[in-house]
Amino acid sequence: MNDILTTVISISAISGTLALLLSIANRTIANYGDKKMLINNEKELIVDGGDTLLSSLIENEIFIPSACGGKGSCGYCKVKVLEGGGEVLPTELGYLTKEDQDGGVRLSCQCKVKEDISIEIPEELFNVKQYDYTVKQNNLVNSTIKHLVLDLPAGKEIDFKPGQYIQILTPTYKGNDEEVYRAYSLASPPSQKHTIELFIGLIPEGICTTYVHTLLKEGQKLTVVGPFGDFYYRESEREMVMVAIGTGMAPIMSILRHMHENKIHRKCTFFFSARNKQELYMMDKIAEFEKDMPNFKFIYSLTRATDEDQWEGDKVRVPDLIKKYLENGANKEAYMCGSPKMIDSAAEALVEIGMEEAFIYYDKFE
Amino acid sequence: MLEINPLIIFFAAIFTNNMIMSNFLGMCSFIAVSSEIKTSLSLGQAVTFVLTFTTLLNYMVYHYILVPLGIEYLRYIVFIIVIAAFTQLVEMIIDRYFPTLYHALGIFLPLITVNCAILGVSLFMIIRDYNLMQSLAFGVGSGLGWTLAIVTMAGIRQKIKNNPIPKGLEGPGITLIITGLMALAFIGFSGIVQIQ
Ligand SMILES: Cc1cc2nc3c(=O)[nH]c(=O)nc-3n(C[C@H](O)[C@H](O)[C@H](O)COP(=O)(O)OP(=O)(O)OC[C@H]3O[C@@H](n4cnc5c(N)ncnc54)[C@H](O)[C@@H]3O)c2cc1C
Ligand code: FES
Repeated sequence: MNDILTTVISISAISGTLALLLSIANRTIANYGDKKMLINNEKELIVDGGDTLLSSLIENEIFIPSACGGKGSCGYCKVKVLEGGGEVLPTELGYLTKEDQDGGVRLSCQCKVKEDISIEIPEELFNVKQYDYTVKQNNLVNSTIKHLVLDLPAGKEIDFKPGQYIQILTPTYKGNDEEVYRAYSLASPPSQKHTIELFIGLIPEGICTTYVHTLLKEGQKLTVVGPFGDFYYRESEREMVMVAIGTGMAPIMSILRHMHENKIHRKCTFFFSARNKQELYMMDKIAEFEKDMPNFKFIYSLTRATDEDQWEGDKVRVPDLIKKYLENGANKEAYMCGSPKMIDSAAEALVEIGMEEAFIYYDKFE
Repeated sequence: MLEINPLIIFFAAIFTNNMIMSNFLGMCSFIAVSSEIKTSLSLGQAVTFVLTFTTLLNYMVYHYILVPLGIEYLRYIVFIIVIAAFTQLVEMIIDRYFPTLYHALGIFLPLITVNCAILGVSLFMIIRDYNLMQSLAFGVGSGLGWTLAIVTMAGIRQKIKNNPIPKGLEGPGITLIITGLMALAFIGFSGIVQIQ
């Protein structure tokens, strides 16, 4: 009995003393005091020295995209450090290209603020906020895609450009013990500031999509950070070509709804493909666009049409669909969303028919 | 236990009783990090530094806390805790006061916590009944010996980098074989002195 007691007490005492020492060290040695952070040469903040750049920014409600939650494994959280970031760490190297390194780009979750620091971030990020949404609706629109409608608390609004995306903070749940952020494009028009809509496809064993599809119920809260992204509708006179498969329809829907509401009648063709008729969704909305927007055309194919579909139309994939219906790409601009594979091959097809690469805008849903 | 001169222990720990070459301790980081001389040298320095101090600390914890309380059997767990805490502390201090060194050692410092050579030295010093000076010499010597082994290995690996090696043996495979050959070479030293 005595042995057990001495063992327990001495182990606790030794660990306790060491823990105490470490926390004192943390308070003294690892405490760098308040540091100044200058953002874009205009905004100055006072932050706790010793914290990572990412957490100092989040503390001040400036949200940088980060899919891995600061583990240094996604490479999203890049920030340009003009002065005071110290040397690039080995943990960052894998995510920074040669140009990044020469230009002072750092992973903000790895770089610590140990001295006064001056950084540069895109203006749009100042508009990024964290929102606590309530789930208003979460319905299936086809066998694998859910239409998620989220409401903001009264008095709050979100500002975004049609085509941009937000990040959902997936909470921990049974079978998933880490909080993760995942990107989802907004499908609602920017005029709709109080309620946002998303299309979320089910990825087998995917952390966020499993949560949304099986656990998230109406009335529950959902934390969202946004808006992000440089894929959005550009004002111009060019003819538009839109390309999507699956949930890639979401940002295109936002752009189309924006154009529909504002009576923008640019010439515009939307190429879409699904496996069969059951996978098509939002067709009534698209029919409405076709009716009200004289220059809008919807062209789609069913790559694996079933007998019931009685489909006489095209059965090819999107790139071939583009080659078949689009004669030349000059003076046009493209908006594409979906899997990286689809985007790469469609972009190739567009360049082949003469579209300039600079006018091909896309979001790869990786 | 006959009184061995600390100086002899120091040299023995480097050559005849090298942690890697005769005890095969600390192999994981030895194999993982030994591809470049520069980083190997940094890791070697860090290991030597941590070894020196943890050996001293563990010596005191053992003789002034564990022995008087009659709980020597707890040494495994206590040594590990001490090593982990000390490495953390060292990391903080280096980070704060020696930024260039921190940058060079960076990810290696936390790695040291799980380097079994460090625990090995603390345990050997107890088994072999060393006194304070002997333990200190043993700690520093083992660190330098570990450094010698990893830097030599890095040198060899850099030399053979462009040589054709059978596919299945690339990386860790060939490293282990070279380690074996090096260990044979180190056996040549044994018999010069005995420290256990
Ligand atoms: C800018 C942007 C916008 C996006 N917009 C949308 C959107 O509007 N709607 C939408 O549904 N998704 C969208 N995504 C994709 C989304 O962010 C997630 O990657 C996806 O939902 C999977 O998340 P998860 O947590 O469920 O799966 P994870 O837990 O991340 O993944 C589980 C496994 O599935 C694999 N995997 C991930 N995605 C796919 C895929 N598409 N197909 C096959 N395997 C996959 C992963 O490699 C992993 O091995 C977007 C992505 C980006 C970058
Ligand atoms: S947040 Fe993922 S790498 Fe920094």
